[in-house]
Amino acid sequence: MATKLVKGNTAVVIGALYAGSDCYFGYPITPASEVLHEASHLYPKLGRKFIQAESEEASINMVYGAASTGHRVFTASSGPGVSLMQEGVSYMAGAELPGVIVDIMRAGPGLGNIGPEQGDYSQVVHGGGHGNYHALVLAPNCVQEMCDFTRLAFDLAFKWRSPVYVLADGVLGQMIEQLEFPEEAIEPKVNDDWAVKGTKETRKNLVTSIFLNFEQLEAFNNRLQEKYARIEAEECRWNEEATADADIVLVAYGISSRIAKTAMDTARKEGLKVGLFRPHTLFPFPKAALNKLADRPVSFISVEMSNGQMADDIRLAISCRRPVELVSRLGGNLITLDQVMDKIHSIAGNRG
Amino acid sequence: MTEKVLCTKGIYKEFPRKGPNAAPSATHYCPGCGHGILHKLIGEAMAELEIQDDTVMISPVGCAVFAYYYFDCGNIQVAHGRAPAVATGVSRATDKIVISYQGDGDLASIGLNETLQAANRGEKMAVFFINNTVYGMTGGQMAPTTLIGEKTMTSPDGRDPLTQGYPLHMCELINSLKAPVFIERVALSDPAHIRGARKAVRKALEIQKAGLGYAFVEVLSPCPTNLGKAAISSNDFINNEMAQEFPIQNFRDRSAEATPVPRAKSDFSKASLDTLFDLDSIPAHVPCDEANFKGSQVKISGFGGQGVLSLGVMLTQAAQAAGKKVSWYPSYGPEQRGGTSNCSVTISSEAIGSPVVYHPDLLVAMNRPSLEKFKNDVKPGGTIMYDAIMGEVEMPAGVRGIAVPAQELAVKAGSAKAANTIMFGVMLELGITHLPAEAFAKALAANFSKKPKLIPLNQEILEFARKWVRETVK
Repeated sequence: MATKLVKGNTAVVIGALYAGSDCYFGYPITPASEVLHEASHLYPKLGRKFIQAESEEASINMVYGAASTGHRVFTASSGPGVSLMQEGVSYMAGAELPGVIVDIMRAGPGLGNIGPEQGDYSQVVHGGGHGNYHALVLAPNCVQEMCDFTRLAFDLAFKWRSPVYVLADGVLGQMIEQLEFPEEAIEPKVNDDWAVKGTKETRKNLVTSIFLNFEQLEAFNNRLQEKYARIEAEECRWNEEATADADIVLVAYGISSRIAKTAMDTARKEGLKVGLFRPHTLFPFPKAALNKLADRPVSFISVEMSNGQMADDIRLAISCRRPVELVSRLGGNLITLDQVMDKIHSIAGNRG
Repeated sequence: MTEKVLCTKGIYKEFPRKGPNAAPSATHYCPGCGHGILHKLIGEAMAELEIQDDTVMISPVGCAVFAYYYFDCGNIQVAHGRAPAVATGVSRATDKIVISYQGDGDLASIGLNETLQAANRGEKMAVFFINNTVYGMTGGQMAPTTLIGEKTMTSPDGRDPLTQGYPLHMCELINSLKAPVFIERVALSDPAHIRGARKAVRKALEIQKAGLGYAFVEVLSPCPTNLGKAAISSNDFINNEMAQEFPIQNFRDRSAEATPVPRAKSDFSKASLDTLFDLDSIPAHVPCDEANFKGSQVKISGFGGQGVLSLGVMLTQAAQAAGKKVSWYPSYGPEQRGGTSNCSVTISSEAIGSPVVYHPDLLVAMNRPSLEKFKNDVKPGGTIMYDAIMGEVEMPAGVRGIAVPAQELAVKAGSAKAANTIMFGVMLELGITHLPAEAFAKALAANFSKKPKLIPLNQEILEFARKWVRETVK
């Protein structure tokens, strides 16, 4: 077991390398640039391929190209760059291509600033590009998971032939923690069934997202929806702490879930029955598990560095059966412990 | 009279695109269109060079969006203008032969950046560029290559350079770049020109087969439908008008002197990865006085350039050396460059919640602005270490203040840059973090591992600071 101190953005690259990724294409943007730096430094040392692309549009299309050949490829960016990539992600979903996109979120809209935020939730979780598609979305909350979820992202991308996001933020990208290195390195085997590799075996294969015939495109869309339904049934990941007797359940992902965890511990010490629900996957969103919690008379607090984008998903998941309050900061500010505690106290006081 | 069936090589025998009621070899292109001719030339060259198994064709958006119905090789259909980027991804991943087939709107308008950048990188790809001065698939709009005065759907009075600019010359633009191996403009307007086009197409693919690099062939091509001309007058338009604006010529052929562009082979072995990350040389943990260990939250702040972030990293490394859980979170971006910067370090025996320290046990303030900003956040019973240069400082109630002449001591100890190491030594001697001295030594060694000459000097500075604490601080 080898443990080292590693920056979150570096852990992403380490995860990708151990997951057998051999192509990285990216464009500079704060606070994701260290992913690009590390990939430029590490990929060529193992004969793997790195390009600093001319734009995020180019990076995602390079990803599209390498993914079409069945290779394990990824890119990383932040809000404004991810906005530019949405065209490519839609095409990847339409062509059913596996690939990993890491979003180290910063504050928006527009140029915003480089501080941490979670305002990309909607554009990443609910599509962002055109068409009836989803990408799987994994939300790490520590440096270890920046590595582990990136590895998992590659497995899921190939399992479902789908783009997969790792959705993190400026804090997770910039912080240093211990990383336990992977015990296994994947030597990828490229599948001949669908990939276009420039070989005799794959000469008949075609990667495309065009279906001129309306019925055919509808049938394809329906097949995609069936796939998403299977993903929702099979791939929901989350963890709960102290929810069994909780009057108040904090719901948070990513860095906000770390703050929520501290708040939960603090509240429990005060004798308040507070639990924590932390989605690891945002698509699929663990709706059923949340809905089950709503069977009891609980109050939910969505702790997110966005304007209630996830709170809306919580309301949908529980069919608005219980109150869902919001604790948020925007603009690059982190949620403070005091903010969460104030909300907990106010709800606990009202419940009296 | 027997019927003679000519079967084109490199192209599928039948094209289902037009549906079951059409002739099986009818293309979707309009009568008189140049795409069919270019398809045939590329197909023949692929077959003759025996590269169909090794070739990936990128279909663009435009009239050639259905190129994959025709070319008998691997096929990928892509977004508008992005073919050179996709081709780059394919080429880098596989090192196989890649063809990008694009029209004027796709290549020279929406995809101009991708076009020039792929050419400039000298990507191994053949780009075939159909220039017919007009958008075809979308219904005859003005293209970047539309001639001055030429009427299209969106230049109904003829292209006016004052408002719509001038025709873009792609061969000439690409010829300003160093990397391309082969650049030629050809035409499909008559048999003589088609023979020239055939040679250029073949050359571009020979260059790919040999792995020599980037080849660009611009093909002046008729579009009778959108130019509102008959087939013959379309060809006259190419020879008499287009060729005036876009000279038919070879711009560059370096295929004789070019050498194959090498591409590395990916190494996936765990052994190579572990070596790359130096995983075999991770030292064992330094024993720690577990009974008396208490976690701590530390905030370090000062001007960018005072070693604030690296002091935090050193403390993080000390915690790591002692086998403790630790997190380090910096202010980042422009703040690092010149303004005030700060970092949070949390050391614990247990999993760490928020990595951001709001109420530190220890605040290290290297300048007055950061002292003023954070001093009231320090926990009761906590400590503030600040540079004595700030002079008189009022401490919050219940907080211990220690004025460390860090800058001065650093100079005395031998390095003006090492004020942060002085603070590190003071921190150690005061025992605030409950980490053993050996962990601090390991941290210094780790921090300066890339400049090993600085390790002994910093060890001395650390000891100098400890001695100062023993002699001065009560």
